[in-house]
Formats: sequence, structure tokens, C-alpha cells
Amino acid sequence: MSRPDIDAMATVTLRLPPNAAHVRTARLVAAAMARRSGVSEEVLDEVRLAVGEACARAVRRHNRYGVREPVTVEFVDRDRFSVTVLDMAPAPGHESAESANKTFLYKTGDLDLGAWTDPTAEALGLALLGAVVHDLEVVDEPNGDGTRLTMSWPLEH
Amino acid sequence: MDLSLNTRTQGEHTVLDVSGEVDVYTAPALRDRITDLLDAGQHLLIVDLGGVEFLDSTGLGVLVAGLNRAREVGGSLALVCPQERVLKLFRITGLDEVFTVHGTVEEALASPAAG
Repeated sequence: MSRPDIDAMATVTLRLPPNAAHVRTARLVAAAMARRSGVSEEVLDEVRLAVGEACARAVRRHNRYGVREPVTVEFVDRDRFSVTVLDMAPAPGHESAESANKTFLYKTGDLDLGAWTDPTAEALGLALLGAVVHDLEVVDEPNGDGTRLTMSWPLEH
Repeated sequence: MDLSLNTRTQGEHTVLDVSGEVDVYTAPALRDRITDLLDAGQHLLIVDLGGVEFLDSTGLGVLVAGLNRAREVGGSLALVCPQERVLKLFRITGLDEVFTVHGTVEEALASPAAG
């Protein structure tokens, strides 16, 4: 029994506890949703990577600020396959797609290569996001109590 | 399967086979294993990423830190990475210029720099 009117505009929302173990869950759902929406097979790896990086970033931010609320991930299948990752940690105020692109241009000499720390992974994560997502946007939530990361991919059909 | 780590000795080298998914959840186990090997005096490491199905920024960060730790103790950490889709991550981040990356373990062992 098909209901194309509803099906054509499917939104799936995940609420993930801010725990690294659940980032994989988000990747699996992202790949399943993207495939179902009609994102081409060659791009699925990029969707999986980008959603993983975006969720890892959100989980790290929640952990850094001790925020226990869930991270929200929304998948929208419309004219494109869109993914929004919403965290609830204090917004840094200056993090933007622009800074992501700058990070992408970083030479590795600029990174803190000696440490096991988050900043290295974060800079690398933004570099990966900047490279596989063409319309990446990271904006602060209105009250600064979170950031909203959005990205999307074209559909084949 | 998430992450599986196995080590074997090849002459002076220790080969660490990594397979499965290296991400924000599993990367600490990889970090701990590399640290343990270096602490145990196994300073010439070859990390074989041939069985890796997924690698994220946390995994890359752990490898970078492992390389630095290895160098600090006068050792080396070379990578074996036969998969294009994993190699691509190193290129995007510029890390292909930081690591010595080989196509096979044999090639890594035969390399004069051997890591």
C-alpha cells in the first residue's frame, strides 16, 4: 500500500545520546536513508563519512561542555537529500563554513601533530567535511545554545 | 564487527593489522594498542589498513599521534593502504605527505626507509 504523497517528503529524525558509540548508528541510518532517497552509490561513502564527522563533532562538543541532552540528526528526502545535525553545546560564535574551508586548506604543519587530543581530530574532521560536502553550513543557534550543521546531496532520479 | 587489531612480528618490524571501523568510538583502542607496542619497545611499526571499512578523523588523528610517538623514541610508523577510498582521506587532509604509505606489507618491509 503506497502513499506517495507522504513518501515523497520523508523526514526521519534521530535523537542520539551524546555517546561516541551511537555515531555509528547515525552513519548506518544515513547510508540507508540516502540509498533509499536515490543518492547515487558512489556518493554513499561521502554521506557516511560526512554524517559520521558531523555527529562525532556534536558528540565531542556535548562531552566537552558536559551537555547530556541528545544530539538531533534530521534526514530530509526532498529535491535533495539533506542532513541537519543539531548540538546543544555553547556556540563558539565564530565557527562557520568559512572556517571549515580554511581548515581544509591547513597544511598539516599547522596541526598539533604531537597530541592525542581532540583539536587534531576536530581540524581533520572539518577538513574532511569541507572536502566531501559542497554546501556545508555551520551556524550558531539563535541564543548561542548550540550549533546547526547542514549539508545535502543531489538525488539521482 | 567494529574494530579488530592483530599484531605479528616480521623480522625487526611489528605489523599491526587493523580491520573494521575506526571511528570516534573505536579509535581509542587503536591508540592504546600503538602506545602499548611502543612502550614494549616495538619501535618499528607497520600499520596495515587493508581491512579497514571505515576511517574517520579520530582514526586519522590517532595515526598521526602514533607516528609522532614512534619518531620520539627513534622508531617509525609506516602505513599499508591498498584501498583507494581510504587513501583518499589521507590526500584530502594532506596526511599523505606526512606518512609513508605502501600498497602491501611486503613493499613496506622492503622499503629502505622501512617506515
